[in-house]
This record gives sequence, C-alpha cells and structure tokens, in this order.
Amino acid sequence: MIGDQAGTSGGIHGGWTGTVLRVNLSRATIKKESLRQDWAREYVGGRGLGARYLWEESDPNVDPLSPKNKLLFVTGPLTGTNASCGARYMVVTKGALTGAITTSNSGGHWGPELKCAGYDMIIVEGRAPRPTYLWIHNDEVELRDATHLWGKGVWDTEEMIRSESGVPDTIVASIGPAGENLVRFASIMNDLHRAAGRSGVGAVMGSKMLKAIAVRGTGGVKLADARGFMAASWAMKAKLKESAVTAEGLPTYGTEVLVNVINEHGAMPTRNHTETIFEKAEDISGETLTETRLVANKACFACTIACGRVTKLPGEASSKFMVNTNPRNWKIAGEGPEYENAWAMGADCGIGDLDALIKTGWLCNDYGMDPITYGATLAAAMEMYEKEIITNSITGMPLRFGSADALVAMAEKVAFRDGFGDLLAEGSKRLTARFGHPEFFMGVRGQEFPAYDSRAIQGMGLGYATSNRGACHLKSYTVSPEILGIPTKMDPHVTEGKAEITKIFQDITSAVDATGLCLFLTFGVGLEEMLPQLVAATGVSYTMDSLTQAGERIWNLERLWNERAGLGKGSDTLPKRMLEQPIPSGPAKGMVNRLGEMLPEYYRLRGWTADGKVTAAKRKELGLV
Amino acid sequence: MAKQLRIIPEKCTGCIQCELACSFVQTGTFQPARSLIRVHLFDDQASYAPYACFQCDEAWCLTACPVNAITISAAAAKVVVPELCVGCGLCTIACPYGTVWYSPDTHKAVKCDLCAGDPACAHACPTGAIEYVDTPAADWLGPWAADLNQTHAEMRSGGGA
Repeated sequence: MIGDQAGTSGGIHGGWTGTVLRVNLSRATIKKESLRQDWAREYVGGRGLGARYLWEESDPNVDPLSPKNKLLFVTGPLTGTNASCGARYMVVTKGALTGAITTSNSGGHWGPELKCAGYDMIIVEGRAPRPTYLWIHNDEVELRDATHLWGKGVWDTEEMIRSESGVPDTIVASIGPAGENLVRFASIMNDLHRAAGRSGVGAVMGSKMLKAIAVRGTGGVKLADARGFMAASWAMKAKLKESAVTAEGLPTYGTEVLVNVINEHGAMPTRNHTETIFEKAEDISGETLTETRLVANKACFACTIACGRVTKLPGEASSKFMVNTNPRNWKIAGEGPEYENAWAMGADCGIGDLDALIKTGWLCNDYGMDPITYGATLAAAMEMYEKEIITNSITGMPLRFGSADALVAMAEKVAFRDGFGDLLAEGSKRLTARFGHPEFFMGVRGQEFPAYDSRAIQGMGLGYATSNRGACHLKSYTVSPEILGIPTKMDPHVTEGKAEITKIFQDITSAVDATGLCLFLTFGVGLEEMLPQLVAATGVSYTMDSLTQAGERIWNLERLWNERAGLGKGSDTLPKRMLEQPIPSGPAKGMVNRLGEMLPEYYRLRGWTADGKVTAAKRKELGLV
Repeated sequence: MAKQLRIIPEKCTGCIQCELACSFVQTGTFQPARSLIRVHLFDDQASYAPYACFQCDEAWCLTACPVNAITISAAAAKVVVPELCVGCGLCTIACPYGTVWYSPDTHKAVKCDLCAGDPACAHACPTGAIEYVDTPAADWLGPWAADLNQTHAEMRSGGGA
C-alpha cells in the first residue's frame, strides 16, 4: 500500500486543500468537511477520489435523473499548480446517457479556481425547488436564485453571473438549455468552450435544477516540497518540448491533426460506420482548419501545449446557416472544432462542410451538449432515414447523409427537445430501439463510439467494450501505439498483445486522470515524468508501482460500481456491425473486430473470472471493500 | 537603456504560466490572484495579452509617493520599499497602467521589481511571449500610442458624434 513520508499522516502539506464542500439542494444546506485523507492517498484525486466518494455515498441503482443521484466535481492534487496541463477537474456521477458510472473531465480555469477558493471537491446532493446556482467566493459560499438564468445559453450565463456578482474574474461552470431540458447527452461547460462533455453529466445537473457553479478563489495552492516540485515541473516541461506531438502536432494543428492520419489508415468511421474512409476528410482536416479558419491557439490553465483552436468564420459563411438558428447565438469567433466533434458531425454524418461543423460545434457549446453523441445520434437517424425506416413525417425535414442544413437545424431542436429533436435528445441507443432497429446504434453501454473504427484498430474495440463509462476514446487510447507509434508501434490489425496494452493503458490513464493533469501529456511524457511532481506536491511517497496500482484500483472500483448497477456480465461487447460486418474498402478492407480473441485474455490479465467478474482476491489485493 | 519586459501578445496562448511563476516567487504557492503580471483574455477578439509594469521613465508611482517609498533598483526597476511604504495607495491611483497593486495581506503597495534582474515570468513563458531584453521603456508602446492619438485627432476633428 501507499506509504507516508514522516509527518503526512498528521495532515495535508500540499497538493490537496483538505476541504470538501457538500451542498444539499433539497435542504438548501452547505457544509464544509475535511477530506478523507486515507481515500485521497489511495485514490489520489479527480476520477479516483470521486469514484470512492460515489461508491460510499450513492446507490448505483438510483435513477440518474432523480434527486438521489449525486453529482461530484473533483480536482486532483496537481490541479491549480504550474505543472504543465494541471487544469483538470472531473465530474463524477451516474450518467444520464449510460446508467453507468461516468467520469467526465474538463480543462480551462474552473478546476484551478476551485482549488484557489480552498476546496478539493464539491458534492452536490438532492434537487433544488427552483433554478439555483452555487456561488463560491473563497469562504463565502451560498445558493442563489437562477430563475432569470434558466433558459439562457452557456455564454450568456457566464456573462450574466460575472456582471451581477460584480466579481469580474469569476469562473463559471454551467449548463445550457440542453441540460435544463434533460437531453441525455447534455454537457457541463466552463470558460465558454471547455466541456465535461460525455455521458450526460449536464442532464444530471439539470435534473437538480442547478444552473451553474460560479467560483472565485484568491488563495493559493500549496506544495509540500516547493523546491522539489519546481525542479520536477521544469524537467517535465523540457520533455514536452521535445515531443513531436506535444511540441509540434497539437500546437500547430490541434486535435484535428488526426483527421488525415486516421483517414489514411482507413479507420475513420463514415456514415454511421458503414464505411471507414471519408472522401471529404481533407476539407475538415486540421491542416485546412489552420490555413483557413484559425485565429489563434488557446491554452487551458498552466498548459504549455495550447491545442485549443480559436476559429473565425469568413464573411460569406457568417450568414449561411442563420435561417435555422436563433441569431442570438450567432458570433463570428469561437473555439473548435476538436477532432472528435469534427468527426461525429462531419464524417459520421457524411458532412464535409467545415463552416457547418464550426458553427454547430459552437451551438453545442452554447446549448451545453456533447457534439460526439449529437453527431453520432444524428448519423444513426440519417441511416434510418436513408433506409426509409423514418420519413419526413417523423423527422420534419430530410435527414440525408451529407446535409449540413440538417446538422445545424437539428442542434437547436435537440437542445430544446422540439419536434424530432425530442427523440434525438435521447441518444442513439434509445432512438434506434424506438424504431425497432437497435442494430444501428454504434456504441457500448448506451454511449456512442468516438472517432476510431474498431475493425481497423483492434485494440480500440477491446477498449470500447470494457470501458466503464461506455464507448470512449479517453480511457484506453491504444490509437497511440497502434497508429501513432507512441510509445512503440503496434500493428493495428492484429489482436496479439492488445489485451495487455489495453489493461496497462486503462490503469495508467486512470492514474493520470486522478492527478488533475491532462491526458494529452501522455503523448510527450510517461507517468514516471509526472510522478515526481505528485510526490513533491503532496508529500506522499508515491512510487510508479503504487501510482499504477492506484489506477488499477480506480478501474476495478468503477467496474464494481457498474456490476452493482446491473451492468456486469455480458455488457462487454460491440455492435454486430463491428463484429460481423467487414469493412467494405480501404487499407482495412475485409476486417471485423475480433473481440473474442482479446476479451478472455483481458479478463485473465485483470485477475477477474472468465465471465469478467471482479474476484474477491483482486478486491483484497487492491484494498477494495 | 536597460533591460525591460517586452511583451508580444500575438505569441500569448493565455496559459498564465507567467502569473503562476510570479505568484510563486512572492508567496511560495500558486496564487494567480497575487500575481503582478496579469493575462487578460479578450474572448470576443480571440486575443490574450499579459501586462505588467514596464518601468516607465515617467514613473508616476514614484513621483506620487508622499513618503519616498518607491526607489529605482540596480535592475532599473521601480521598487516599493516595504519598510517605508505606509499603504496610502496613491501610487496605485497614479499609475496610468494599473500595474501597482495594494496587498490586503501586508497593507502595502506591491509592484513588479523585475525579480532583481531575473524575471520569473519571462522564464516561465512557454511561447516566448514575454522577453527580458534591452529596450527603451516606452518603445513598444509607441505605435499603439500613435494609433490612439490618430483616433483621438479624428474624433476631435468631428469624426465622432
């Protein structure tokens, strides 16, 4: 187990603040509690600490949109430090889209601001009787009426709270109309364009009538060993400057750098995964975005990569889609698109119009909803429309693959649950089941796939199938070895070795997610480069072994939580299209995902039973209850 | 001519590493609210600009101080001598750039002292948006001021309503 350095058992010396804020909206109470330090050491922070609190406090069988579900905002011990990319906070709850535990993470400035205000995490319970927002200004914490904010977009909400509070540096995390209207893939937004995007965390917030959490913190984040921390932090930054991805690829082209790469491998899911090469990839690529639409890079708090894209639409495009949307939302500059949303709303819907993707990305940010699930759900609807399962009388407008007009118009209808948008707002699993065609749902545990076809990249199939929060690119990004060759190149078409790499990636990713650092660091540095900062910040003598084990502990706890929620046996699988329908063309032509070759070995490496149950021995080894 | 902070806003990504470095030098913690260099985010214009005291020749803060608590250091920085400062706040009002602060902790004025000739913000900036170079104090503001004068002249000559 994780040991203490002399003295740390007596208190917290740095990294964590040691204080948890508990807010009960039903009773309108606010309490400050001491952080459970034993849990902090074992689960580090962020995703891990959140899972531990949720495990202790919340029944996995509750309805995610009921007052009994809890909503946790959790920072890590490195959040708010100058460690590169120490910007992250994690939203942990039962997902409205999936019914599984979800851990949705966001950058920007909100997490660090919460630390500066003096809190490691916020636990939100119950449901407010009327729209409410939480105001935090250092020690001053109160619930405020949000009736006047209800119905407003994210961007207006941030501005209005700032101006009415008279504290201009306030950082706001909020939901938009999508969260209020319980769109199952609503997100929680901060800093206008940063999102805790997936699994419907925004719908959970909306079900609690909590419009926003506004934070201003003027305190500082302390360090147990300041000198050691600064040395470790500079060493990691030097490494990041040497990496082709973190020093060149991401700063130059943003995450969109992947469009051409993935497309060339024949791994870009196109038209609801019926193909894997998108003929218009070049039009929506990072290269095109940079040459024609980019204004500037934008960094999150303390980030030395700055992958964020500030983009501006050219004059002729600025009025192109206005007919279908509220002019209030129309601005000429914003951020994005990122790779995942450019793929979901682009290739997956067959749309090669970059301006429409930028515009709809902004709409998703202002309405507060996840563009990945939105795009993928629209893609499933488009496939049903093309196959004449649904018609204009249901959809209200043609939903042909490639229709940019449909993409922009439906975004607004989904956010306000207007017409066919009301059905899209349920996500593609519920949508396709409603029309008797569940086979057009492309995802796992109710959550839609991200932008990598698992037939062309075998390891991703195993990662999707076993991901605790449903299909996800952020929990075991084996694209890194399989396509990018980081840390070493693996053949994406074979299954050999994928069980092992998936387990390693899942555990390490869980650990990184717990520290408060950004996952993008892992393109340039390993966990061993992050470790010295964590040790110096907290004063806890973590080792590579104990930190990786913390990651494994987190993974297993999430798994146990899902088992309790009834998502155990048999749920680690992929849609038939992935398992049985070969890719029609391109470099991966003829391939299916061979999950059956990987899953048994994966269970064995995890130390679970042959049908994937966490064993008593494994629980004991990891110190799990 | 002495070394000054030269800021190149086009290179800034808004990461606030400079604020973190500055607050660390002063407090030993990461506390952006105490930073003497501040990054302003202009979201509407997609631009960010760090700004700090650029040690102007006029030194209005120094001139305004009633107890002569602001002096010029070996690094050619205008520095507050805490032992002499009475916390009246006149310098914070006198500074035309808003780069002298009043510390609620010490009840004294606080401003950039160029870290005694080795400014932490310039070291910390990952994109080279903050340079510590030989430059005349008002040099980089010249074109901006000229622009502004032009606009004002136009307004005075009847361009504005």
